[in-house]
Amino acid sequence: MSETILDVKDLNVKYGAIHALKGVSFTVAKGEVVSLIGANGAGKTTTLRAISGMLPYAGSVSFRGESLKGVPAHDLIGRGICHSPEGRGVFPNLTVMENIELGAYTRKDRDGIAADIEHCFRLFPRLEERVKQAAGTLSGGEQQMLAMSRALMGRPRLLMLDEPSLGLAPLIVAQIFEIVKKINSEGTTVLLVEQNARMALKISHRAYVVETGKITLSGTGQDLLNDHRVIESYLGA
Amino acid sequence: MEDFIQHLINGVSLGSIYALIALGYTMVYGILQLINFAHSEVYMLGAFAAYYTAIGLGRALGADLEPGIVFFGIVLIVAMAACGVAGLTIERFAYRPLRQAPKLNTLITAIGVSLFLQYTGQVIFGADPKSFPTVLEDRSLVSSGGIDLRLFDVTILLTGVAFMSGLHYLIHRTKTGKAMRAVSTNRQVASLMGINTDKIISMTFLIGSSLAGVGSVLVGMKYPQIDPLMGLFFGLKAFVAAVLGGIGNLAGAVLGGIIMGLSEEMVVAYLSSTYRDALAFGLLIVILVFRPAGLLGKWQTEKV
Ligand SMILES: Nc1ncnc2c1ncn2[C@@H]1O[C@H](COP(=O)(O)OP(=O)(O)OP(=O)(O)O)[C@@H](O)[C@H]1O
Ligand SMILES: [Mg+2]
Repeated sequence: MSETILDVKDLNVKYGAIHALKGVSFTVAKGEVVSLIGANGAGKTTTLRAISGMLPYAGSVSFRGESLKGVPAHDLIGRGICHSPEGRGVFPNLTVMENIELGAYTRKDRDGIAADIEHCFRLFPRLEERVKQAAGTLSGGEQQMLAMSRALMGRPRLLMLDEPSLGLAPLIVAQIFEIVKKINSEGTTVLLVEQNARMALKISHRAYVVETGKITLSGTGQDLLNDHRVIESYLGA
Repeated sequence: MEDFIQHLINGVSLGSIYALIALGYTMVYGILQLINFAHSEVYMLGAFAAYYTAIGLGRALGADLEPGIVFFGIVLIVAMAACGVAGLTIERFAYRPLRQAPKLNTLITAIGVSLFLQYTGQVIFGADPKSFPTVLEDRSLVSSGGIDLRLFDVTILLTGVAFMSGLHYLIHRTKTGKAMRAVSTNRQVASLMGINTDKIISMTFLIGSSLAGVGSVLVGMKYPQIDPLMGLFFGLKAFVAAVLGGIGNLAGAVLGGIIMGLSEEMVVAYLSSTYRDALAFGLLIVILVFRPAGLLGKWQTEKV
């Protein structure tokens, strides 16, 4: 496998008395899709938020060899990490286009931005028809497409997606995962957080199982899909 | 009928001053969910900055500086700058350290800053009212059939419209404006877009405060008496105007300001000037009872 770009070591996060992450360690190599799967409250979102500088933590996170500790959230995008948050986080009162443009807030290359907007519309043609619509009026699936487009506008080296399938119909979920695969095949490394373990594992090179703040299993997507513990706990009958 | 039209003109002119100040309340509320009680003192500081600038320039230049549009312009810019700096300073040192604290703490701090500035103002400027120098000579522009259209009212209206249009442009057409709207919707997600939210919050204070500076010069010009407690009632009424329109809503602040100015003018004209200040509180109670979210606001729970 190629070089490691994200290296998370012994990550610990506390919310007051709640010890949400108890020493989470994992790596993501360039070009991979890596998933963190696990049940409600396992600590997946917390992990992404810590990497993004939105929470104080103990332990270390390094990206392309540099420590991210103390780097404020707004500097992450400049280093190549774009984070599409849980619940999508589109700006409901802003138009679809304004949301997309905000994804490129730190960029100044007008031509590159225009080209990337075109690219988003090729990935998600439904957004193009709705550019002037307020983002809050989009369906859940469309909002997810918007959130992903917005994250792509930052030209990420590492795209972090927090539960892109949340609350979406199976057909849309399948589409979204297809597109994650496509984004990855175009060269973007992806760190995916999902409760929908089956879909996530199918498109992942590697994955980690998070349980109550700890990593309990890891392996290739295929291995985990066939692991009896994963089947029992996360894939249903 | 002529009377009524005259009062209409006066009311809209007063209303646009309320609107300018209400915008500052509403912008800060929109971005921090904080009622910035110190805003009325920022407005007071603007009036004093304008006062001392006008006096100083008058002394230094004597007859070379006639009241007129240039004098008015200089004083306006100084007041805006002074208010901008005051607003930035208050945000940086009083509110920013409390960014993670419960909102009630920040609210109490805002009241504290407001009182501090009122009393400091009395110590530094003296408690007695000062008469605002003439920076622009008022005169009648059109006078017919009992209606008197005066330069002050036209100036106030045009200045108000100019700054409000400028603000509208900034908020809706510029990158900074887009960032301001994003931060006011969801600060955490905005930071994931690479937006330095502290900078955008500072920018909001800067802009809102400098609008109060504009208002302070217009008030000084039209009601030429200023004192360190002048923000108390005027600021409160502007705040009520913001609530009336729907706090957090920019168009609401303008609408609320105009309604406030108009009703005050009409109450004084047709009822009694005794009710001038009672009106604001009466309006506040009526809104809180019948339309707590304001005329253009959306109802949201747990905001202050
Ligand atoms: N802001 C917070 N304050 C206190 N506790 C929190 C906070 N956010 C998360 N937690 C707790 O931390 C633990 C991990 O939460 P987290 O959101 O990371 O889980 P998750 O794996 O993303 O779950 P889900 O799949 O439901 O999104 C949970 O026990 C949760 O209750
Ligand atoms: Mg989560």
